[in-house]
Amino acid sequence: MRRAPFGRTSDVAGRGEPVVRDGPLGPLGWTGRTGRTDDTVELPRTLDDWEGPATSVAPVIELRDLTRSFAGDPPVQALRRADLVVHAGDYVSVIGPSGSGKSTLLHILGLLDRPTSGDYLLDGLPTRDLAERDRAALRGGRIGFVFQSFHLLPHRSVLDNVLLATLYSGVPRGERRDRARAALERVGMGHRLDFLPPVLSGGERQRVAVARAVIASPHVLLADEPTGNLDSVTTAGVLDLFDELHADGLTLVVITHDATVSARARRCVRITDGVLREVA
Amino acid sequence: MAVRTRAGTLLRRAPRPRAVVPRGAPLDRFGLRDLLSEAAHGIGSRPARLLLTIVGTVLGIGSLVVTVGLAQTAAGQVARQFDAVAATQVVVEPATTGNDDSRRAVGRIPWDVEDRLTRLAGVESVGAVSTVDIGTATVSAVPVNDPSAPALTPPPVLATTPGLLDAVKGTIATGRYFDAGHDARADRVVVLGTRAAQRLGVLRVDRQPSIFIGERPYTVIGIVGDVGRRSDVLDAVLMPVGTARADFALPGLEQAQVTIAVGAGPVVGEQAPIALDPTTPEAVDVQVPPPPSTVRGDVQADINAIFLALGAVALLVGGLGIANVTLLSVRERVGEIGLRRALGATTRDVARQFLVESVVIGLLGGLVGAALGVMVVVGVSLAKEWTPILDNGAVIGSALLGGVIGLAAGTYPAVKAARIEPIAALRGSAS
Repeated sequence: MRRAPFGRTSDVAGRGEPVVRDGPLGPLGWTGRTGRTDDTVELPRTLDDWEGPATSVAPVIELRDLTRSFAGDPPVQALRRADLVVHAGDYVSVIGPSGSGKSTLLHILGLLDRPTSGDYLLDGLPTRDLAERDRAALRGGRIGFVFQSFHLLPHRSVLDNVLLATLYSGVPRGERRDRARAALERVGMGHRLDFLPPVLSGGERQRVAVARAVIASPHVLLADEPTGNLDSVTTAGVLDLFDELHADGLTLVVITHDATVSARARRCVRITDGVLREVA
Repeated sequence: MAVRTRAGTLLRRAPRPRAVVPRGAPLDRFGLRDLLSEAAHGIGSRPARLLLTIVGTVLGIGSLVVTVGLAQTAAGQVARQFDAVAATQVVVEPATTGNDDSRRAVGRIPWDVEDRLTRLAGVESVGAVSTVDIGTATVSAVPVNDPSAPALTPPPVLATTPGLLDAVKGTIATGRYFDAGHDARADRVVVLGTRAAQRLGVLRVDRQPSIFIGERPYTVIGIVGDVGRRSDVLDAVLMPVGTARADFALPGLEQAQVTIAVGAGPVVGEQAPIALDPTTPEAVDVQVPPPPSTVRGDVQADINAIFLALGAVALLVGGLGIANVTLLSVRERVGEIGLRRALGATTRDVARQFLVESVVIGLLGGLVGAALGVMVVVGVSLAKEWTPILDNGAVIGSALLGGVIGLAAGTYPAVKAARIEPIAALRGSAS
């Protein structure tokens, strides 16, 4: 059995529980097992507002009739009445030509942007009307980002770059360094802890970025064209890493226009002119 | 019941949205330590720029410290230079009463004034002096009574205690001054002021010349060359107080001259009357030099006005420099800001980080400036052979002022950084 360094997934792997990737039963494997304090999404006061089914556990991501339009003449509808459900353990790729609304979808999913209408439920929690402070906390604790351009701080070491994600997400201070080392070890970058990002290759940089994204044990990993700046060999490496993370139980949403990337995903969603459609 | 209903309503009111999402233990989230560490990294990543940024603050704080330091040092120096004359002179006279036309003394200076005052702390030398009334007697070098010669005003005759020469900072041109022995024995000896000696034609004392006051001969044992104060001594014939009392029935002492240590004025002024007349100290007038602090204050005011203005201008420029560079840095680090927001930083976290960075830059400038300022003050003092005087509080306060300037300068850039939208920020830069 593979050992994953970060809390949530290692729990899954460590217990050897079967991870159900699709279907309504999937999320059952998640709640109440990890012992993390911030797993208690269903606080009593939020339950009052919660309109979802009380019997089964909510999917990680749920878009309900979500529209995002930008003011202009005429107004641009980047997302039109989108519905999407991503359960825990899913591996979803979102494909579509440029300008189709992929980035807007990613921003909505990453709580970087708010929908114009409809709602986005993260772990069953409606997020549209949350205060910015709470949305920031959700970003830090539940979502991991991987960007096309890596977004590593050039003057900070690899280890520091990974530690950056622990600052805002409430990872216990004493565990930070160990978890960062373990995460880097996990992505195969354990030998580059003190390197500065500019001396790393593109593939290595993206691995560091992945380590940074998973260190806080997110519920979902959002990747925006993760291989857009990589050649085919390193692309395969990063995708293998994604497969491994997915096998450890991590939920992934990968936005791409590259067919080889989307081929790895179990589900594929196509977005055209702001309309989402599941690809069989 | 109405109260209970109201309370129930309050309880059922929707909770504030802020606690919806748990964040883990507060201590584990972006705390002071993280804040300082991130700010330090942010500053340290561009050392050359940091140096340029703090130059303005360094100059401003430095000139501030130099101003205050040199003013204090100079004031101390001024007080020291005063010692030659005013700052160390105390004059004791009997108190007088009456109007300007007819004053009369209500007290007296005891004959043993030297013994009484020398014991006081801060007193360095004491001498008393009094005019001797010689009536119609003449003062001459030869006992010849020439009726045809016109009557000349005789030189004044002063009775002094042996310590007077030191008390008025006098020097002996030739011979010696009389001592306590002459005084006690009422020896008929005199010392001449240099001008009185010329007038009487006594130029040397090694042949024990005599002068005649009336018909009594007095041996001249010395000539006073110069005095620091009471220059009337130079025109006078000086004799011991004991001699004056024996020969001319001197009624009392008019004045005591006291030389004191710098700064001892207030103490001596308080103690001298009691030492001289314990029962009625108010019968003795003591004039002490002004306290040094007022002198220092005057000097400080002059220097401070100019340099403080310079320092303020430099500080303003320094603050603008910090604001400018922090703003530039915010613009350059848009990507980093977006990343931090994506990683869960709130707008406040971002604002705090940039604010702390500019405060630390300001503090650094303040510390370096204060250190340089101290060095300049010490250097100038060394060159001028002064004693450097610097108020610790002023130095530390100046360094802290740098931080305050950083705070003021960083506010706008920090707000600007906080307002950056993460989407735009993430789309922008790549690294």
